[in-house]
Amino acid sequence: MSEIGAGLLEAMYETAATIRLFEQRAIEQYRLGNIRGYLHPYLGQEAIAVGSIAALEPDDYIVSTHRGHGHAIAKGHDPSRMMAELFGKEAGYCRGRGGSMHVASRSVRNLGANGVVAGGLGIATGAALAIKQRGGSELIVAFCSDGASANGMWHESLNLAAIWDLPVIFVLENNQYAVSTPIRDSARVEHLSSRAAGYGIPGLTVDGNDAAIVYGAMQEPIRRARAGEGPTLIECMTFRHGGHHVNDPGLYLPADQLASWKARDPLILLRARLARAGVDGPAVDEIDARVERLLDEAVEFATNSPDPSVEAFLAEIAAGEFGAGAEASGADR
Amino acid sequence: MTKMKYRDGLRTALREEMLRDDAVFCVGEGIGERGGSYKVTEGLIAEFGAGRVIDTPLSEAGFVGLGVGAAIAGQRPVVEMLFIDFLMLAMDQVVNQAAKYRFMSGGEGRVPLVVRTQGGAGNSLAGQHSQSLEGLFYHVPGLKVVMPSTPRDAKGLLKAAIRDDDPVIFIEHKLLYMTEGEVPDEDDVIPLGQAEIKRAGTDVTLVTWSHMTLKSLQAAEELAADGISVEVIDLRTLVPMDIECVLASVRRTGHLVVAQEAIKRGGVGSDVAAMVAERAFESLRAPIVRVAGLNTVIPFNLTLEKSTVPQVADIVAGVRSVLA
Repeated sequence: MSEIGAGLLEAMYETAATIRLFEQRAIEQYRLGNIRGYLHPYLGQEAIAVGSIAALEPDDYIVSTHRGHGHAIAKGHDPSRMMAELFGKEAGYCRGRGGSMHVASRSVRNLGANGVVAGGLGIATGAALAIKQRGGSELIVAFCSDGASANGMWHESLNLAAIWDLPVIFVLENNQYAVSTPIRDSARVEHLSSRAAGYGIPGLTVDGNDAAIVYGAMQEPIRRARAGEGPTLIECMTFRHGGHHVNDPGLYLPADQLASWKARDPLILLRARLARAGVDGPAVDEIDARVERLLDEAVEFATNSPDPSVEAFLAEIAAGEFGAGAEASGADR
Repeated sequence: MTKMKYRDGLRTALREEMLRDDAVFCVGEGIGERGGSYKVTEGLIAEFGAGRVIDTPLSEAGFVGLGVGAAIAGQRPVVEMLFIDFLMLAMDQVVNQAAKYRFMSGGEGRVPLVVRTQGGAGNSLAGQHSQSLEGLFYHVPGLKVVMPSTPRDAKGLLKAAIRDDDPVIFIEHKLLYMTEGEVPDEDDVIPLGQAEIKRAGTDVTLVTWSHMTLKSLQAAEELAADGISVEVIDLRTLVPMDIECVLASVRRTGHLVVAQEAIKRGGVGSDVAAMVAERAFESLRAPIVRVAGLNTVIPFNLTLEKSTVPQVADIVAGVRSVLA
């Protein structure tokens, strides 16, 4: 792996710390009743979003998952508008219509999180086809999970991307639990990346808790994708720091396994790398303080943002916006 | 005007739209060299190449999803699904992804996707290749549903569907591909949401769509011989629906018959009947009659199959009963 400079390490650490604090604040706000519905924290998996997206160009795309806050923040979403969306506010990325599981923004080329596991993989292959048809050099990272790898859509999408040499990198976040089902109960293969061979594409398994390793693992797949040589499957091993969502205590996660993964927390590993690169404590403290301010602002922004107007929403529906063509069908349509 | 088959009308629309806009492309099973099962895409691969007329593996969810993604990323895919029955394999992509993306992204995203598919009974293809499933898509907010009955409508509505920024489920009928009609040579775009009075009449309003339009016109002809004047309205697009056209007609005739191939329960025809009852009840001089398919799986045996789907005689009987 090529040596990563202190500047990039600092940037990756700041992004990881932002994701970490975003999730912690979101959980706090959930407990306070300011966020409703489902919330799937990315705690413990930060290195994957950070390392993979740091390797991309701004014009590259991502598609995300229900556990997608980390991907969005790493891709450049503003934490304030993210938090506002989680609060269901008009200033959120989806104007309060989508919520946590549907954050998307053209401005940062995030084609969206998804409420259906593996449901967004077609969006990834399709966007990759669009890139190829237009002769572009961009690529798309399709985040998916060990859970997704049991779904037909995952297999169909890998195959389509493979046969047409589409510029997709499937970044499989193997946190080893599909909701509460351990991966050993849902797959016979030791490494999910070995399934890549079934589609005639490269597959590799890496330490998903080390952002620098994830960053390094992206280099050859990126080269391949941009050269028109097709997709790659990267399996990143990691572990959730809690249950499936905020109301799931995750009691099924074996305590010793959780402890050993927490000892290799993505932020601990990044701080260790920073120390080896000569970035000392005060510099890291400064980053932490900046992240703290950013998230204070985000919570304040979300708290003070207005709710969407019901009247405006009903007017949109009556006008046929988003409902497909009510315009020709009368007010009750 | 040129006389052409329904399938040629569709092909003309595809070709003209692909010439007009580089973002338009076709993707589906056996649509390249084979030209599609109903020959709609025949010759397009020679003109536009395999990059824009793309043959897929039998991965229905995968390639419908691919269409959704290409549309989101700014292309204008026309996905061909061989049978509407097979579209059931891709329902997550249609219902949870395509239909909701624009809304859930707060209005920022667009999914200019057309899924061309075909349904209906009549060729002895049994239960998994003969269904009329438009009601499933009709029910989902975020989808437009188009069902042309003539070569002209096939061309004009497909052009409008391709130019539309929202996902459109474009449902053809397997018995229509070889039917012929006059089609304008010019760029004839028929806006979505406009019904057409295919035959004017004064005694009964007969609302229908797709292949049942042809049977309804035959029924109207038979009834005319008995002095009964039937107005046949072809809805052409189910979503958005031109209910105003129906209401205006019912206010003139005072009688409504709805004829659909799909089964009666929970069908689009039931919704038409409900809307007329809600909004033009005072104009009705008799209870509404629905002529519809029977509550059954479509059987293989051709005689049995015919017994499950409304025939001209059933529509004639329906009209007579509403006037009785």
